[in-house]
Amino acid sequence: MDNQFLLSLIVGISVGGAAGYLGSLMLSRRMALVAGPLGHLTLPGIALGLMYGFDVSLGAFPFVIFGIVLIWLFEMKTKLPMEALTAVVFASGVAITFLFLPIEQAEAALVGDISRVRHAEVIISVVLALSLFFVVRKIYSKIVLMNISEELALSEKINIKTYNLIYLGAIALIVALGVKMVGGLLAAALVAIPASAARNLSRNLAQYAFGAMIIGILSSFLGIFFFKLTGFPAGPLIILMGTLIFIISIIFRK
Amino acid sequence: MENEFILKVRNLNVRLDHQSIIENLSFEVKRGDALTILGPNGAGKSVLLKTLLGLFPYKGEIEWAKAIKIGYVPQRLPFIKDIPLNIKDFFNLKESTERETETILNSVGFQENFLWRKIGDLSSGQFQRVLIAWGLVGNPQVLLFDEPTTGVDISAEETIYNLLVKLKRERDLTIVLVTHDLSVVYKFSTNVICLNRQPICYGPPQEVLTPESLQILYGGEVKYYQHKH
Repeated sequence: MDNQFLLSLIVGISVGGAAGYLGSLMLSRRMALVAGPLGHLTLPGIALGLMYGFDVSLGAFPFVIFGIVLIWLFEMKTKLPMEALTAVVFASGVAITFLFLPIEQAEAALVGDISRVRHAEVIISVVLALSLFFVVRKIYSKIVLMNISEELALSEKINIKTYNLIYLGAIALIVALGVKMVGGLLAAALVAIPASAARNLSRNLAQYAFGAMIIGILSSFLGIFFFKLTGFPAGPLIILMGTLIFIISIIFRK
Repeated sequence: MENEFILKVRNLNVRLDHQSIIENLSFEVKRGDALTILGPNGAGKSVLLKTLLGLFPYKGEIEWAKAIKIGYVPQRLPFIKDIPLNIKDFFNLKESTERETETILNSVGFQENFLWRKIGDLSSGQFQRVLIAWGLVGNPQVLLFDEPTTGVDISAEETIYNLLVKLKRERDLTIVLVTHDLSVVYKFSTNVICLNRQPICYGPPQEVLTPESLQILYGGEVKYYQHKH
């Protein structure tokens, strides 16, 4: 097996697994939709990374943080539905990017590229994905309770602001890691699809959370495998593998 | 220790979104009391419970007895079916041990194997009982119960109140209950607060629930009140 393929697989599996796991928290209350605009908003950051030759995740991260603050502000000020804000925010991200990103570099920005990851990037991605997994595991049950009812969580003396901050930080990180793999356009799918498939198949919380993680890992593995086989870009293949698993999950729905 | 106080509320005022929801409310709850809060929809009943829990800002005084443990049963949890949870998962969120969960589920009338049932598969009456059980985790001395206004059928509703009476006796509970149902007030409570933003009456139901006070409370015709046979 060639070295580069192995490196891509390691990044894909760790980021895909962490995204699936975190995604299982984001499916309720339409949080999965938030990853959409955030992914698109990273595009200018990715563009900067591509043009000046630094890690696209590094470029993406500050833009995600900016996006989170922006959505939070918009929602507070306008009380518009999240879908409307999505349209405003994501379109702006895409528009800004294409003002200055040369079109021949657009593919990597839009649908990602992990076919050329270097050793250092692999180590950083794996360490961050693993840390993310452990942080999310730590806050998981509190976030579930907050998703069910903030009032119930408050009555249990849970510090909602702190947990929300950690949770949003985790989302920002997974989007930044995800864009390298599947690009700004598809980052939301990385969290939404595995969780949706897992929900169809599970009857309890553990099956759901770890099911989403396993489906995330499996989609990345299969996507990168077919990329090696066919030469189509890995990002879209990873997402399509997730979609395929989702369709199968509908058949076995519980 | 019958007269031991659990809660004192003085001149409570709650404003939310620049609107006055509760005005000048004062009352007391003693250990073993069953206080019902009666009033029409939008009267501020649920807001009162949540304010007592510390979820909303207020003016005035709310004084709970020291080191008191409070259990809360919310009106409904519309988002709970978004997540695949079984009963055990739901109780784990409150860090209840499996043994405690089983004991509490038994006391609200469920068998052990009920632990593995999916929340989404429960009937509205079963779900209501699960919520009460959840409120009892950690052995609270006080239970705040927000009655669901819709979705629980009448026979299930009746068993809920029988259940509350039983739990109150077994666990030496003090209960504060929000309701819009007059029959519950008579059957269940030692004291009642009639609330329609402002307090309209407060005291034992047989004394304070007069046709006049109910008229003011509901602002129109009241279909039935206590029959004195």
